[in-house]
Amino acid sequence: MSQSDWAYLSNDLIYVALALYALSFLSYTYETAFSIRANKISGDKHLDRSITTKSRKVASIVFLLATASLTLAVIARGISAERIPLGNMYEYSITGAMTFALAYLIIGLKFDLSWLGLPSSILILLILGTAITLLYRPSAPLVPALQSSWLVIHVSSAILSGGIFLLSNTVAGAYLWLDRVERKGVRGEFAKRFPSLESLDQLSYRLVAFVFPLWTFAVISGAIWAEAAWGRYWGWDPKETWAFITWILYASYLHARVTAGWKGRKAAWLCLIAGSSYLFNYVYINVWGSGRHTYSGL
Amino acid sequence: MSAPELGTTSLLRYLWRQLTSMRTALILLLLLGIASIPGSIFPQRTQSPLKVRQYFDDDPVGAKWLDRFYLFDVYGSPWFSAIYLLLFISLVGCVLPRSFHYFKEIFKAPPEAPSLLKTMEGFQVIPTSLEKADEWFKKNRFRISRTADSIAAEKGYLRETGNLLFHLSLIVVLLGIAGSSVFGMRGEAIVNVGERFINTPTNYDNLTPGRFFSLESLPTFTIRVNNFSASYDEKTSQALDYKLNVTTKESPNSSEVNQIVKVNKPLTFGSTRVYLQANGYSPLVTVRDSSGSVKFEGPVPFLPQDSNLSSIGAIKVPDMDPQVGFVSSFFPTAARDEVRGGFSSFPELLDPRLLFSVWKGDLNMDDGVPQSIYRIDTNDMERIGLWALSIGESYSFEVGSITFNGVVPWVNLQVVRDPGKQYALIGSILAITGLLISLFIRQRRIWVKEVGGKLEIAGLALNKLPGLEDEIAKMIKEIGDQK
Ligand code: HEM
Repeated sequence: MSQSDWAYLSNDLIYVALALYALSFLSYTYETAFSIRANKISGDKHLDRSITTKSRKVASIVFLLATASLTLAVIARGISAERIPLGNMYEYSITGAMTFALAYLIIGLKFDLSWLGLPSSILILLILGTAITLLYRPSAPLVPALQSSWLVIHVSSAILSGGIFLLSNTVAGAYLWLDRVERKGVRGEFAKRFPSLESLDQLSYRLVAFVFPLWTFAVISGAIWAEAAWGRYWGWDPKETWAFITWILYASYLHARVTAGWKGRKAAWLCLIAGSSYLFNYVYINVWGSGRHTYSGL
Repeated sequence: MSAPELGTTSLLRYLWRQLTSMRTALILLLLLGIASIPGSIFPQRTQSPLKVRQYFDDDPVGAKWLDRFYLFDVYGSPWFSAIYLLLFISLVGCVLPRSFHYFKEIFKAPPEAPSLLKTMEGFQVIPTSLEKADEWFKKNRFRISRTADSIAAEKGYLRETGNLLFHLSLIVVLLGIAGSSVFGMRGEAIVNVGERFINTPTNYDNLTPGRFFSLESLPTFTIRVNNFSASYDEKTSQALDYKLNVTTKESPNSSEVNQIVKVNKPLTFGSTRVYLQANGYSPLVTVRDSSGSVKFEGPVPFLPQDSNLSSIGAIKVPDMDPQVGFVSSFFPTAARDEVRGGFSSFPELLDPRLLFSVWKGDLNMDDGVPQSIYRIDTNDMERIGLWALSIGESYSFEVGSITFNGVVPWVNLQVVRDPGKQYALIGSILAITGLLISLFIRQRRIWVKEVGGKLEIAGLALNKLPGLEDEIAKMIKEIGDQK
């Protein structure tokens, strides 16, 4: 196969993944809607997830297939360009969506995450949709500044961290919403499908505790690379500045949990704020920002 | 009223204690994060001076106000430096006593059981003996101290080691950064292909030595730029590869070495490194006066304006009478359309063209104010011509002529001496290792006390990580008498 064949294959696989995620999203929606049954006589509604076991299974299998297709698309993109597919913002986005989906699947082996299927498939659809419509760039070689083995080390750790930050943000968001529901009274039938506040709190903390060292590594490897490519290891470039801010916010989050014993609502807010600074760095600095990290290809 | 001296010293002592508390250090660190935000919003003079100038052109009053608050020089501003300096003092003041404290802590035996275990975490009463608890603690490698009827046990001392490591390494990082800025230097020089760069102060276009860097100690290397090749994607003009061939000499009498420099592969001379920063073109021109004698000859570096290397430049001939200057543009591949007029459509030299207007009068070069080499101050000059040349062509004007002989590429070499960087790197890796250890190692105490033939058990999680209750439950399962 020629390079452009691989590029076309990658694009086709992205569309296949998009269709499958949409299908998975629909099955999750169906599952969500039909697991609540109204009692014929009294009209009371109640949650009975055993009714929808089948559709839940379908949804998660389709999600798995979608992720497989996305992963193949990323690999094909890499083969077409003869390099790691991390050269412009279209590629960061599809790779980021892939790490998000893989993190969801892998963590799903240990915890039941089927309640997260609906928001996750929506998020992935959004990321892939934006990537295809707004960020798409044909497969091309790297600019000279990126021709370094640090590209693999630095960017993949940064993007991988991003995928997991996004997951922990989704969980923290779910926490804050359920917390509001519970403060108003008992959970409605719809909210009952979600796990307890306690376990959501723990899950988002564990995710952050897991990626924080990886994120630290991404920033330090960036500094080492910057020394080789730009002649200085730190220069307050906008991307560097926001990486620093994100790092400080996540460090404060961990610190607040461990030494001040923050939990629950306050911790979830801090987690969301820290995650937003990552997203801001990704979206704003890549699209509108200036500085030396202008590799988005936009 | 109290004696003023006592008041001041105690106030000072109070302030010092506040400044050097862990909380203040953390707040300052957070403040440093917040203070760095404006620098990512407004263009910075050190990074993009042209954008700053644009700001001043677009909105002079607003820009002046922003400038008053140093928003174009955030990272060198007094308020940013103040936070940085306070953080430094706070850290040193906090770290040294703390390190001492942590160091002692590492070897300490756990403190005796509190008199009321009931109020501690995971309190339980179980039927078993002190001996069994003792055995369990030893098997699980707790550090213990025993009295007749109680045992205090502690585990996770590595957390203190981590803390110590974190705080001490931060000082290493800060010293590394400071060392680079006082003992280091950085400078830039534009070198035409075919020329030689000798590392002396006068050969730099700009040079910023650190406070304690003496210019005499510049290493005596030379770099001859033999060849520079750049390749570009034919459709998008995106650069594919830059390759610079040089011949270097470490010192005047060492032997010559041929080397290749790339964007990610700088040259190294001891602790000085030389980076390939930018590239452009220098048109080769000859300027003659009306009698035909050569008044200027050689390459003139032009400044690229876009990714197709459309460039602007200035050819100044102060030796002519009257003085003559050429305000010029250079296009490596000349093209023309309705909207943009002349422009370059590709970065390689496919159809090079030199465009210029000719000015005569006073170049204003003698008034001591440093001038840009790319621009001409035409206030005291008169325009006497306008033309475009291809290679080999000449143009005659009122007082002389100019010939466009050819083009050579130039490269911008950035020379950096950064003696503190290894310390900053090692320090930050150690600091982060320490931080992770202190955040994720569970340090906890468990106490047992014999009361009326039974054992009271309770504990304390020193950092509030979960897991103590489970551990106590496990201990009880393993040592409890199954009666
Ligand atoms: C101190 C130095 C550096 C820091 C702190 C840093 C930080 C970051 C961060 C936080 C990201 C994450 C993705 C995002 O939020 O957008 C990132 C991505 C990236 N970095 Fe760096 N970086 C540094 C140096 C470098 C160098 C020297 C290069 C290349 C010459 C580079 C190339 C990239 C690329 C290509 C990406 C990918 C995606 C993107 O721009 O978002 N970085 N960097």
